[in-house]
Amino acid sequence: MTHTQKRIIINKVVMSLSTLSAMIGMTFLFWILGVLVINGIEALNWTTFSEVGAPPGYEESGLKHALIGQLYIVGVAAFAGVPLGILAGTYLSEYGQKSRLAEIIRDVSDIMMSAPSIVIGAFVYAIVVTPMGHFSGWAGSIALTIIMLPIILRTTDDMLRLVPATLREAAFALGAPKYKVILQVVYRGAKVGILTGVLLGVARVAGETAPLLFTSFNDNFLNTDMSEPMASLTVTMYNYATSPYEDWQKLGWAAAFILSMFILGLNIIARVFLMKKRGK
Amino acid sequence: MNQILDKIFAHATKFIALSVLLIVAWIFTTLFEQSLFSLQASGFDFITETLWAPNLEKFGALPAIYGSVVSTFLAMVLAVPIAIGVAIFLSELAPAKLKSPVGVSIELLAAIPSVIYGMWGLFYFVPIVRDIFGGVGISMLSAGIVLSIMILPFMAAVTRDAMNTTPDILKESAYALGGTKWDVIKDVIIPYAKAGIIGSFILALGRAIGETMAVTFVMGNVHKISTDLTQPATSIPVALANEFTEADTQIYYSSLFELSLLLLVISFTIISIAKFYFLRRKRVGA
Repeated sequence: MTHTQKRIIINKVVMSLSTLSAMIGMTFLFWILGVLVINGIEALNWTTFSEVGAPPGYEESGLKHALIGQLYIVGVAAFAGVPLGILAGTYLSEYGQKSRLAEIIRDVSDIMMSAPSIVIGAFVYAIVVTPMGHFSGWAGSIALTIIMLPIILRTTDDMLRLVPATLREAAFALGAPKYKVILQVVYRGAKVGILTGVLLGVARVAGETAPLLFTSFNDNFLNTDMSEPMASLTVTMYNYATSPYEDWQKLGWAAAFILSMFILGLNIIARVFLMKKRGK
Repeated sequence: MNQILDKIFAHATKFIALSVLLIVAWIFTTLFEQSLFSLQASGFDFITETLWAPNLEKFGALPAIYGSVVSTFLAMVLAVPIAIGVAIFLSELAPAKLKSPVGVSIELLAAIPSVIYGMWGLFYFVPIVRDIFGGVGISMLSAGIVLSIMILPFMAAVTRDAMNTTPDILKESAYALGGTKWDVIKDVIIPYAKAGIIGSFILALGRAIGETMAVTFVMGNVHKISTDLTQPATSIPVALANEFTEADTQIYYSSLFELSLLLLVISFTIISIAKFYFLRRKRVGA
């Protein structure tokens, strides 16, 4: 066998292995997606949305408590995390720029984005739950805010830096003060990019379970008081899925389906925005 | 008036940006303070002691550390070759019509919350492990495999991105010399993108070691060191998720906080190595 033939054979072997591994990977991933969709649609019905959790065996059992709790916890986290993240990102891009301080904040934020979220839960437990004496929706929101902050900060920073300097200079030349230039020119130019970052940040924290386990905890009834323990889709999903009751497990799948569709939806919208921005 | 507003805006944004650093420092000091009681009680024995028995007030973290290391190692061994395969397929092999839909679906799968991978693992994968390898199915092995599937999309996507940074002109030159696809990959693309690829793997490792929900479902939280992978086991995040709300004594709490601190230090170190050593200025916002 000549050297060339050998190389061609090795090439074919490696390429087949690579295609095979791509197929293996895709099989597993679509298996999970398939299971999620089939079980989710089977478990979904009107009572899923209209009823709260009932003891196992009851017909009228749903996820209303978890859906509303989720909305409150993630909503409050976004309400705090989005403006804080955008303002912090504004500092990095418009004021700090390449300074030592700005670089350190960027690096620490990058590390925080990959840091284990359960540790944030432990931290919030120590600073909020222990002093209050009990679990609460607020504690859950605070944990999610801390997780969301570095994500929004970094995307805002990146997106603002894409705004051409000439736009800022033109506004300065008209005599506008810096804060006005940022609020009315830079933000406007980076609108789509910032929105994308916000969507991705919200999608990321909406799927967090670990930091909620011992902050917002859980509640089987409808509760809209943030100072009390509160149900979330993710923790409810965990509790129901690990329970021995088949009807609870079914509700767990319904929760998993609703949550995944919400998160995938946000990701797809963010992607469409980005594509439009690039297309311009 | 404008000058005052200008100053307020500048200081406010600076303060909020600084608060990121403050929060991180606050997290470290709080966890350290909460661990003090346990640190004083057991000192370095905490990480070498194998007995974790809350009823006897004995807290040894070695089984959890062992579980974290072994399950993460298993996950990496399984996921790295497949991730490289998927990345080669996506960047060099796939026809243009497949490239974008497969690539996008992998990226979307990376966005699915880990709790869903855990739930799938419990209902669909644990029974398979039980039937093939024996035992109860809830085991170190299941945890490693579910973890590998969970980190696969992220790893494949970033490896592909790293490979795609290779300039076309380099690849074309190698093809012009008569190289096969594999020659080009191993002699041009991999050497060019090496730092990025290794950095992405280490970053995935840093995420895997702190991953809680994907493994909590399938690991069993048994504080025992066993070389038999089909036995139930535990890891640092699994122990935290299961026991935090059950802790009833000060030493129990403090030990759990010490576990959290340990986990945070380990992941910070791994992620920093990935970021500062391999990914420096290469990827913004990885």
